[in-house]
Amino acid sequence: MAKELQAKIHASAFSVFYRDKQALHSVTLDIPERKVTAFIGPSGCGKSTFLRSINRMNDLVEGVRNEGRMIVDGTDVYDKSVDVVTLRRRIGMVFQKSIPFPKSIYENITYGMTLTERKTKAELDEIVESSLKRSALWEEVKDRLKNSALGLSGGQQQRLCIARAIAVNPDILLMDEPCSALDPISTGKVEELISELKDTYTIVLVTHNMQQAARVSDLTGFFLMGKLIEFDKTRTIFTSPAQKETEDYITGRFG
Amino acid sequence: MQTFTGHIPYSKKVLGFFAVMVALIATVAILGIIVGMIGDFIIEGGPNITGAFLTEFPRNSNTEGGIFPALIGTTFLVMIMTIMGVPIGTATAIYLSEFAKQDSVFARSVRFAVNTLAGVPSIVFGLFGVGFFVQFLGKGLDNATGSSSFGDGSLLWASATLAVLTLPVVIVSVEEALRAVPRELREASLALGATRWQTIVRVVLPNAVSGILTGSILAVGRGAGEVATILFVGVTYSAEQLPGSITDKFMHLGYHLYVLATQSPDVDKTLPLQYATTLVLLALTFTLNFSAIFVRSRLRRN
Amino acid sequence: MTNPFRKERKFIGEFLAEWSIRIVASLSIVIIFLIFFFVFREAASLFTTMNVGTANSKTETPAPRSADAQAAAPEQYSAETYGDAPETYGESDGAAEQYNPAVEVEPLPGTNILTPLNMNYPEIYNPETGSLPADINDPTPMGTFSVTEQPLSLWENLTSNVWQPVGVQPKFGMIPLLIGTAKTTVIAILLGAPLGILAAIFTAFFAPARVRNIVKPAIELLAGFPSVVVGFFCLVTVASFIQDNFDNTFRLNALVGGIGLALAVIPIVYAIAEDSLSAVPRTLWEASLALGSTKWQTAYRVMLPAAAPGVFAAVLLGIGRAFGETMIAIMATGNAALNSWSAFAPARTFAATIGSEMGEVVWGSEHYGVLFLLGTILFVVSFSLNAVTELYVKKRLIKRFQGR
Ligand SMILES: Nc1ncnc2c1ncn2[C@@H]1O[C@H](COP(=O)(O)OP(=O)(O)OP(=O)(O)O)[C@@H](O)[C@H]1O
Ligand SMILES: [Mg+2]
Repeated sequence: MAKELQAKIHASAFSVFYRDKQALHSVTLDIPERKVTAFIGPSGCGKSTFLRSINRMNDLVEGVRNEGRMIVDGTDVYDKSVDVVTLRRRIGMVFQKSIPFPKSIYENITYGMTLTERKTKAELDEIVESSLKRSALWEEVKDRLKNSALGLSGGQQQRLCIARAIAVNPDILLMDEPCSALDPISTGKVEELISELKDTYTIVLVTHNMQQAARVSDLTGFFLMGKLIEFDKTRTIFTSPAQKETEDYITGRFG
Repeated sequence: MQTFTGHIPYSKKVLGFFAVMVALIATVAILGIIVGMIGDFIIEGGPNITGAFLTEFPRNSNTEGGIFPALIGTTFLVMIMTIMGVPIGTATAIYLSEFAKQDSVFARSVRFAVNTLAGVPSIVFGLFGVGFFVQFLGKGLDNATGSSSFGDGSLLWASATLAVLTLPVVIVSVEEALRAVPRELREASLALGATRWQTIVRVVLPNAVSGILTGSILAVGRGAGEVATILFVGVTYSAEQLPGSITDKFMHLGYHLYVLATQSPDVDKTLPLQYATTLVLLALTFTLNFSAIFVRSRLRRN
Repeated sequence: MTNPFRKERKFIGEFLAEWSIRIVASLSIVIIFLIFFFVFREAASLFTTMNVGTANSKTETPAPRSADAQAAAPEQYSAETYGDAPETYGESDGAAEQYNPAVEVEPLPGTNILTPLNMNYPEIYNPETGSLPADINDPTPMGTFSVTEQPLSLWENLTSNVWQPVGVQPKFGMIPLLIGTAKTTVIAILLGAPLGILAAIFTAFFAPARVRNIVKPAIELLAGFPSVVVGFFCLVTVASFIQDNFDNTFRLNALVGGIGLALAVIPIVYAIAEDSLSAVPRTLWEASLALGSTKWQTAYRVMLPAAAPGVFAAVLLGIGRAFGETMIAIMATGNAALNSWSAFAPARTFAATIGSEMGEVVWGSEHYGVLFLLGTILFVVSFSLNAVTELYVKKRLIKRFQGR
């Protein structure tokens, strides 16, 4: 395990139940700061559940219940004193099916910022430009910021969603299969982006694509039926996994 | 199960033919009645609809003249009704779709109440209007303020009663529109640190505008044609003037038709007027219904 | 270490907004209670202030509340002068469908009240004469029937078979209203439910998509017809059509009214039946066809039974609609409170009674209370029908299709 790195997110014996159905079984792990951590595993194994538990998006599901602790920056996010709105502002999220708001590109980016404070036009312009540049979209859209975001291509929309998330300046970015709906070229662009962003952000990525995990992540965790089977440096997982299940999955003998 | 014999027996074929024919005939019969009704109204009423008919007051105890005050009364009625009912209906729909835990007792009770409300006969709403709005609220207001304008049926109380009647129409339609807003949009907004309320105001409602519009139009369409509900809460069969305030009595197209058709001294003589009034009322409700359908289909396409 | 995720902002406005929404949402529930309370409250005045109108010489029962009145009812009923009324009622109940013009309509007991001023449109309600006479085939002369010397108790009055709310001694016998309501509702359902269900079957299973896309909105359009318009159509056109074909004595009668009510029932039955028929999983349709059944066999023998709870709900809500519909019932039924089960005799329903008499009633009078009592009955019945469909039928449907 990556003990030498400082843990940004620390889960300890963390379990999630959807009504009586247990979706996560006592997961314990440390996610280091400013690295890309990938989670892989067959469908329904609980990857999204784990991811959505970090910024408490799972609170929206009716009948959900947690056990154990999920600690971000030294604070248990399920503690009573935690304000989930503040929490979510500090943790950006990008979804698999990312629909931009049916507003202009500009308004999509500024959405998060205008929630809390009034900013001048100049400030907003600046943030829009910098976040679009960071998400490698600026050149493509700078002439049509006032156009509807729904007019963008799928890959552009996904990068817009990333831009939208980083515009509020979070420290953590959660990405749930951000490329699964994209063509290879768009996927390449998003992967490139992820590699660039990891200098600034702690990125947690769920993916079905093992090559992607191998390409972009520093650490990889393998989930199976709600259990974290193995969690280690990506190179270790893909070259010499400690567990038989991991090896079976990686070599495609499984699922 | 019969074994496969290669062909269906003759008797079965005949039976099958009849089974389909009966269903077809029933459908055609219903459509025939609808077309017949509309045709009847257009043929008999169409020629009598003139500019004067629409813009003149009735004369000679409703046996001549036009329907202007009834048209205006109906319009005022549904406008005030909309102002009162749509916000309440929208808020309820927002609760049901955005806040309610779907299987909580409260949410289920609200749903049950809405469905029940939709099934209460309109005449019972009329009685409720008398008992609650006029007698209780109106008389209560009069006693409290020393005025005497609220304790009788009026545009205000009729609109309020109709607002209650059309509440389920608004709720159902707005809730449908809110539910059509993709979950992903809500999640994206919440994940950016928006509160639930900000998400509703900035993301959900703008996407549900056409649903709110549909609901309002449908409610207006329903309210405009409703007579039984307003019978005792302020409608009048003849008015010298247009209603000048919300505490005035008012004329109403549907009630006007009812009075002409059943209570005027010489019903035959006013038959052309009755047909023309019917056609106007029908045209009004259909226009509203069609525009609701139009708005809704645009909503569904998006 | 300080909590990095503590509240940065206060959301008092949002808190208030959320709670306002909740409170507004509860309004629907409150309204249901208010409707019941305020409609019932006016009716309850009947039972609390007994010394109004006819009830001033009540002998045995001292001011019974409604429950007492009910308990005491059977004895009083049979002990009274018209002890044979229940039997008559029971018989005709069974014979509801049989129409015998000779018995039902002809022996008009020498009265011209049924001959309206205007033969084409019998007047709806005449405050001078009260409503129309009680029982046109009752051999008992009116005089002996209403024993003026011995005023009736409220309960006796309500269960008598004369509805004559205006006069020296008002009579609030609900039996003719009950007969009128049952008669028109039955006709409306017998006509409307099969038509609606068959049309639903046609659109759900036999019609090509292009036809369905026209037929469905067209029938739904019927629901948008204001009932006063349907009433007018029946009053003028349907009534003439029926009279031309059946040569009936009364131009406006239960049949004409029933047809009008059927027009109100059809769109409801159709919409709900069509919904539940299309909600039956398509796999059932395909499985049945794969087993060698024909389309029509599948539609009638597989799909229709599978959707039975929904179709049942459709009919129940249709009944509720016919039962509570006012304007059509006022305008097209003739609106006379007769004790006749004939389809060709006029009828007066609960709803129509309220609609036509409420406007002229003396506020707070016994008549006023009785009309609110009718309203309470309408409310309770529609509430129960809705509760049955909500709580029972929906559960059955969910069980059937989702196996829960
Ligand atoms: N809202 C929910 N209600 C009930 N059960 C749920 C819910 N969401 C997920 N589950 C269950 O929890 C388990 C884990 O689901 P999760 O979405 O976390 O899987 P996943 O690993 O993300 O799968 P995928 O790769 O398909 O996205 C699954 O068995 C799923 O059925
Ligand atoms: Mg997932």
